[in-house]
Amino acid sequence: MSDTSPHAPAATASSPAGEHAATISVRDLTRRFGEFEAVRGVTFDVAAGETFGFLGPNGAGKSTTISMLCTLLTPTSGRASVAGYDVATERAEVRKRIGLVFQDTTLDDYLTAEENLRFHAELYGVPRHQAQQRLQAVLEMVGLWERRTSLVKTFSGGMKRRLEIARGLLHSPRVLFLDEPTVGLDPQTRSHIWSYINELRRREAITMFLTTHYMDEAEHCDRIAIIDEGRIVVVDTPEALKASVGRDRVQLHTADNDEAAARLRDRFGLEPTMSEGGITVYVAGGEAFIPRLFAELGVSISSVNIARPTLDDVFMNYTGRTIRDAEASASDRMAAMPWFRAQRRR
Amino acid sequence: MSELRQAPGEVGDDAGGGAPDARGRHPLAAPAEVRVAGGRWRDDLRAVQVVWRRELIRFGRNRLRIVTSLVQPVLFLFVLGTGLSSLVAKGVPAGSGVSFRTFMFPGVVAMTVLFTSIFSAVSIVWDREFGFLREMLVAPVRRGALVAGKCAGGATVATLQALIMLVLCGLVGVPYSPVLLLTLAGEMLLAAVAVTALGTALASRMAQVESFQVVMQFVVLPLFFLSGALFPLRALPAWLSVLTRLDPLAYIVDPMRRAVFAHVHTTPAVTRVFGATMTWGSYHLPIWLELLLTAAFALLMLVLAVANFSKSD
Repeated sequence: MSDTSPHAPAATASSPAGEHAATISVRDLTRRFGEFEAVRGVTFDVAAGETFGFLGPNGAGKSTTISMLCTLLTPTSGRASVAGYDVATERAEVRKRIGLVFQDTTLDDYLTAEENLRFHAELYGVPRHQAQQRLQAVLEMVGLWERRTSLVKTFSGGMKRRLEIARGLLHSPRVLFLDEPTVGLDPQTRSHIWSYINELRRREAITMFLTTHYMDEAEHCDRIAIIDEGRIVVVDTPEALKASVGRDRVQLHTADNDEAAARLRDRFGLEPTMSEGGITVYVAGGEAFIPRLFAELGVSISSVNIARPTLDDVFMNYTGRTIRDAEASASDRMAAMPWFRAQRRR
Repeated sequence: MSELRQAPGEVGDDAGGGAPDARGRHPLAAPAEVRVAGGRWRDDLRAVQVVWRRELIRFGRNRLRIVTSLVQPVLFLFVLGTGLSSLVAKGVPAGSGVSFRTFMFPGVVAMTVLFTSIFSAVSIVWDREFGFLREMLVAPVRRGALVAGKCAGGATVATLQALIMLVLCGLVGVPYSPVLLLTLAGEMLLAAVAVTALGTALASRMAQVESFQVVMQFVVLPLFFLSGALFPLRALPAWLSVLTRLDPLAYIVDPMRRAVFAHVHTTPAVTRVFGATMTWGSYHLPIWLELLLTAAFALLMLVLAVANFSKSD
């Protein structure tokens, strides 16, 4: 507010020299519900501005972790800090700096969209002279400005989720937590929600932490942690994860396939196979390969098609089972803990 | 404040192409930190205010509830009250200007306060069921502020609802005296605060909507029947006499009835029967003590509500 300098020197000055200050920092975080260990010692960092995803089956410990980071659950052991504040000891400071979008709706159906946001602005102490401007900005971003005087109970599931995202951003949080932001929505609405989230990443330098059990959604993240049975199995970019599994399949059609195949063999050291009037090669990191291909092949290319390993392959590779199997066994695990299920419902 | 701002250039290496530079170009990026580090008390006060306002907005929007909430007290007053009038007519000399309905009137007003307050407070359970409670619980404000707002809202709503009942004064032989109406309004508000706090304390412990029935049967109805709303608390069997003296609501129904009887013209005989005051043995409690007891009860319940609410997750 009073600080209009775009340089924000203090931010750089306060971070340790040579080390990147993580917006979310988690060390050996554990949470137990009675006998059941929902989160079994997770450690990771999320950098400022990063979109970080927790990918795993239902019951893997995603929501439990997010609840601890949001100060809603006290960790059994371990430490975590968000925006520089400890989630266990400096809860109020953390809460001021985070926005939350839960799995289940937390809107008041009997208030209008605008009233819901005003309620939020007051609770989070947004200065009144800025609240109106901010309210309009977030409502316009999710395309609900025209519907601001409608009661929320008249909204569809997708509109409610958009309104929740707008509300989560209203107080300009440092970190936006999205717990399964598209669960229970139809595919079209899901893709809409993602276009809003991506728009948001473009517009605001905000750190996002999200959980999902949809493989295709994890692709939107800068980095993913695959979590299974309360443990982080692997953390990396979606590209690196997929590259670690296997190579991309690149199919190309060229003006002279024989010549192209020969050059692929000689210059790129690949083993091209001819099929269906085209050439197929397997490469690691097809994305980086394509520009090189165009620059160095020397044969005019008419079309290129890359088929990548999916995150399903990645999950399978690291956990030895498909995410569907993992979900089935996780629900068995939880079914044995009725108390735990009751807790989760609340 | 600047340390709270994340310089966009600082976006991590890991971010890759995902988070492009947003160096203040977009309207949304501009107020990177809109929160003022205002005093904690000021934040809490705003929270109290907004929770209170939400209750009022919801009350005003639910016209049907306002009307249906009037049905029960009106039935009690005009059907039960008229029906019982013939039974108790012996105690009321003809031409005294007072009917059994006059006697019941403050009790029925108190009943309106009781039911509306409890209903408002128990809406916390609905808020929990529909998720909105979470929105409140995760906010960076003290739980006490949320409880205070909830109680203030519930109490205001209950008082407004009961004020509608005061319109009926003329039909039961109670004069529209400004002093009386103001006295009753004040006592209603005090009762409303006490009952809403009680309801909030109970609702904070309730996980399911179904528990509301339990509260109705085991708390609200006993409170109502023992309060002296429907019959004078004199010449009762000892067991019932003791139970009525343990009912906190009795200490607000009595001052309300005394206020009404101070404003109707009647005979001493009638006042002795209907306008009988609360006693502990032979000690007649003064009005101020009754109000003080109600206030103390309200305070106790508020403390309990805050404590319970702070425990709920």
